[in-house]
Amino acid sequence: MRNRMQIVAWIYVLPAFILLGAFLVYPVLRTVYWSFFGRNSESYVGLDNYQYLFTQQDVLIVFRNNLLWLVVFTGVTVGLGLILAVLTNLVRYEAVAKAVIFVPMAISFTAAAVIWRFMYVWNPASFEQTGVMNAVITTFGAEPVSWITNTSVNNYALIVAGIWMWTGFALVVISAGLKGISSEILEAARVDGANEFHIFRHILLPMLKPILVVVTVTLVINSLKVFDLVYVMTFGNFDTDVIANRMFKEMFQFGQFGRASAIAVILLVAIVPFMLFNIRRFLAER
Amino acid sequence: MKRGPYPVGPEDDSRGNLQEGAFEDEEVREEKEGSAKYPFGPAPAEEEGTGARLARAVGRGPLHAIIIGISIAWMIPALGLLVSSFRERQAITRTGWWEAFTTPTEFTIQNYQDVLTGQGMGTAFINSVIITVPATILTVMVAALAAYAFAWMPLPGRNWWFLLVVALMVVPIQLTLIPVLRLFADLGLTGTYWGIWLAHAAYGLPLGVFLLRNFFVALPKDLLESAFLEGASHTTAFFRIVLPLSVPSLAALGIFQFLWVWNDLLIALVYLGGTRDVAPMTVVISNLVSSFGTEWHLLTAAAFVSVILPLAIFFALQRYFVQGLLAGAVKG
Repeated sequence: MRNRMQIVAWIYVLPAFILLGAFLVYPVLRTVYWSFFGRNSESYVGLDNYQYLFTQQDVLIVFRNNLLWLVVFTGVTVGLGLILAVLTNLVRYEAVAKAVIFVPMAISFTAAAVIWRFMYVWNPASFEQTGVMNAVITTFGAEPVSWITNTSVNNYALIVAGIWMWTGFALVVISAGLKGISSEILEAARVDGANEFHIFRHILLPMLKPILVVVTVTLVINSLKVFDLVYVMTFGNFDTDVIANRMFKEMFQFGQFGRASAIAVILLVAIVPFMLFNIRRFLAER
Repeated sequence: MKRGPYPVGPEDDSRGNLQEGAFEDEEVREEKEGSAKYPFGPAPAEEEGTGARLARAVGRGPLHAIIIGISIAWMIPALGLLVSSFRERQAITRTGWWEAFTTPTEFTIQNYQDVLTGQGMGTAFINSVIITVPATILTVMVAALAAYAFAWMPLPGRNWWFLLVVALMVVPIQLTLIPVLRLFADLGLTGTYWGIWLAHAAYGLPLGVFLLRNFFVALPKDLLESAFLEGASHTTAFFRIVLPLSVPSLAALGIFQFLWVWNDLLIALVYLGGTRDVAPMTVVISNLVSSFGTEWHLLTAAAFVSVILPLAIFFALQRYFVQGLLAGAVKG
């Protein structure tokens, strides 16, 4: 009877195991293996692919850009989410404000890329500016900026699009944490004469810390994996390339499957510590 | 009470809690009268005259200005897209879309006709549906079966197997692209719906199994045990008891997976190759951007077509939507 039940149990998990084996377990091992092979995975090349990637000037720019994403995108999104969570908590139209900021989470990065390319439209100074960003800055007397191609601003321009998409996530999660904090604690602190800044700094922040950490880690992971926005907005041109897009280029533009595999492995190594953190917390919450 | 950010866990009795709390929270509403002096909770009770009330209203001015200002800033990019998609090509290149409100403008649906027929967005919309619906159903079905086995069946070493499945959430899909691509080439699955359905189903599984197993484990033990005592088989228990009780979880997972597949660009680009007649909207739009990067009358209309369904889902099924998205944000 028990044996029969076990067989039934295996039948239940079999479809999942086949799919996971074919699309995740086997390919990951293969990719790691192939990262030590040449462009068509035919000859063993040792660490050549990694050496190439870590010495190539334009690949180093790729790593720099992901670092920029990691710091600026994550920092601003968490900060903005925290501020908005605290502020919206005070007003009657909280639900509406949160919904408005959350909506971009529903749409694709591809659509967001179109939206933001349109925001950044640049026309020569003698013409009327039809992009919102340039219309705003020229109103204040500044020269129109070519946000997409100007290498001193374009990475930030792309990051702004990412922030627009993800702030709603940070806001909603932090806001849920905020509502879990009992008002009695805050009350007690006020009776003891703490001012609002002290309450924020010494009571709210420590109590929100676990949630802020989870949000931060989630955003860090997303900053390392960013692909669609860059692919559609610039295709990584003008010094805006990122790891995931560079991998795509190595595969389909250069036909360098060994290097592409090595890039994927680098991505895995960068992400795993954060992922493990998330999963550990996930399991702990269970 | 504890409210984790990922509400689809078993101990989280908050199904219908964070997701409702996400955008509206009745208990908190009353407290919002607290003055700006006390931003984090109710103000200490005190006598309040007209002067104080006026001062309070003025004091809250900056607060409202900030929130409303940011909310408007958040809407502007999308509003620009929507307005421009109804403007004529000439008008878009000559003046900013905001001037459509101040100067008399003729709106047109020509752009939509152009992208839907001329640029293939109509076909692409159908392709997106054809890709997304089976991929979603497949994920939820396969995940539910496995999750049930992990939760209620005598599977040897099931905790270890479960841990392995969860560990797969860490894998960025980039790690799988090249081997799967070659596998597809050998099997003739490149550029086919079957290839992309199976791939999406597989990528959605670790998260799906994790969420559903945690939900199934938390179902009342007595209920299932008495069913087994009365001679019900696992198949009966699964279909007649567990699935009907788990509709909220299944919905959250289903919506998350639906949007994930609908919005996906990378997997479609890689596994469907350049095959145009199966390309979903994301791929067609990205092609439009590279070939007509400044034809905004086409790009805006195409982008808007692609967001209609996600927006409709958002407004119709907000709570499952938020629940699913928050739970899935950890996906690799």
